[in-house]
Amino acid sequence: MIALREVTKVYPGGTAAVEGLSLVMPTGQITVLVGPSGCGKTTTLRMINRMIEPTSGTIEVDGRDTASLNPGVLRRGMGYVIQGGGLFPHRTVLDNIATVPLLLGWDRRRARSVAAEQMERVGLASGLAKRYPNELSGGQQQRVGVARALAADPPVMLMDEPFSAVDPVVREQLQDEFLRLQAELGKTIVFVTHDIDEAIKLGDQVAVLRVGGALAQLAAPAELLADPADDFVADFLGRDRGYRGLAFTAAPDLPIAPEPTVVLGADGDTARLTAAGRGWLLVVDQADAPLGWVQPTQLSGAVTRETLHRGGTVATVGGSLRAALDAALSSPSRRGVLVDDDGRLVGTVRAQDVLTEIEREPQRSPS
Amino acid sequence: MKWFVGHLGQVGDLLVTHALLAVIPLIIGVVLAIPLGWLAHRFRWLRTPLVVSTGLLYTIPSLALFILMPLVLGTGILDPLNVVIALTVYTVALLVRTVADGLASVPDEVIQAATAMGVGGVRRFFTVDLPLAVPVIAAGLRVAAVSNVSIVSVAALLGIAQLGSLFTDGFARNFLDPIVVGIVACMLLALVLDLVILVGSRLLTPWTRSGAAA
Ligand SMILES: Nc1ncnc2c1ncn2[C@@H]1O[C@H](COP(=O)(O)OP(=O)(O)OP(=O)(O)O)[C@@H](O)[C@H]1O
Ligand SMILES: [Mg+2]
Repeated sequence: MIALREVTKVYPGGTAAVEGLSLVMPTGQITVLVGPSGCGKTTTLRMINRMIEPTSGTIEVDGRDTASLNPGVLRRGMGYVIQGGGLFPHRTVLDNIATVPLLLGWDRRRARSVAAEQMERVGLASGLAKRYPNELSGGQQQRVGVARALAADPPVMLMDEPFSAVDPVVREQLQDEFLRLQAELGKTIVFVTHDIDEAIKLGDQVAVLRVGGALAQLAAPAELLADPADDFVADFLGRDRGYRGLAFTAAPDLPIAPEPTVVLGADGDTARLTAAGRGWLLVVDQADAPLGWVQPTQLSGAVTRETLHRGGTVATVGGSLRAALDAALSSPSRRGVLVDDDGRLVGTVRAQDVLTEIEREPQRSPS
Repeated sequence: MKWFVGHLGQVGDLLVTHALLAVIPLIIGVVLAIPLGWLAHRFRWLRTPLVVSTGLLYTIPSLALFILMPLVLGTGILDPLNVVIALTVYTVALLVRTVADGLASVPDEVIQAATAMGVGGVRRFFTVDLPLAVPVIAAGLRVAAVSNVSIVSVAALLGIAQLGSLFTDGFARNFLDPIVVGIVACMLLALVLDLVILVGSRLLTPWTRSGAAA
């Protein structure tokens, strides 16, 4: 557990970057610090590993005041992913990752083999081991940064906008892998971002900071969306809060209707027969995984990939209300496609039924 | 040409002396310039006085410096030590700024990352800062090497034997051959030194050869 107690940082020159910040970051959870540029996120993060000393207040890690610990030892026990990567340009990927193990005095062979394991863990092909950072894509560099921070298996990870320098598609991929990794590793993570959607997606709890470094609100993502503490937090959360909040509510027993399907490659007559007058017909593959929709009346030949309408999203049974609602809204037939955990079709659901379920949900109240 | 063939051994000896007189100060100069450059980089208020005062040293005419050395050091006028020390002064003069610039060229986030991982102090200097400053330092070193080769020849005026002696000799006897041979040998020496530093720096910095953005 990391506990900040009334922490204040005033830089020489008088900028108050952080003011009276009290915050508990529970062990094994992801605490996200989010807020506009210059609100003191990096400063807060760096006070935890003593790269910056607080002007006043105390910071405890597992009950011990960090001011009483040797900064070097403290830092080697905390993985740090720096804003912008900060990889060593003169060291290969493998040696970058092996930095902290080597500092801890492990022998070179063991450090390298652990580094190779970390590469695999973060999804880096082993062929990249001997490359230098400037020979990697942005996404790969970010992965190396994460692998390097993980290398000595520190219980605490400090991450400063680790995914900000990559395009949205890669970012989403990195976020998903990060969550999968955390489910496996259970580290105590302090994650800094200025992207509220990232904060909501990744955080077990989210601390929203104002410029000046005061805490505006500390809450779980769902609660934050449902009940922003003030106008600043509400503005910062942005639009569609109600809709985004549905991502945190599981869709329990939605009424699922069976959906007639054709297999890709079926001829037009079969499709028209199966559709039995419906405008849109769902197409699946051999394994019963949904591929898209066709309009049988428009078909001139067989059902091919080119004839498919792919606009609809697919939700998992037992997933969130948001995913189920989105599946219904995005489907050209307005019937939302639901699959099981293996991706096989279960049936379809209508927006109306999802809304009924939403209205039945008891009003969430801040805990 | 005939003169050159006849004096091969002598020219060879002069070349070796010349090379030593140029290279030894270069090495001592780098070793001295690194801590000075570090001071100039680390303590911002020291930078201007250090860079300006060492820079001023470079403006002392070499002949004057060679003549002054025995007075300052108490050495004999023909002692090669005078040349070595004078050229060390020039090398330091050229390199203090270069080293400071090289250290300043290390990206801040790399230093922050090193610090965040608990790499600090002397270890950080030798494993992160200095290796990353090599390309800039090597560029300065190449300038210093070429400059040293040319300044050494001035010492011939004081009677210290090296390739420059071929100029004074040829001039005194109104004989062109040794002068031409001296010039060519000096140029070759400078080129070879330049190449050695270039190759050495490439070998020390394999990461700069690869990738799009170095
Ligand atoms: N070394 C410093 N000296 C003086 N002021 C500083 C220093 N570092 C940061 N500041 C100031 O402190 C405030 C907080 O900076 P900080 O880097 O913590 O912000 P941030 O929330 O991480 O911003 P960003 O999202 O842009 O990274 C800013 O106003 C910044 O200008
Ligand atoms: Mg920041």
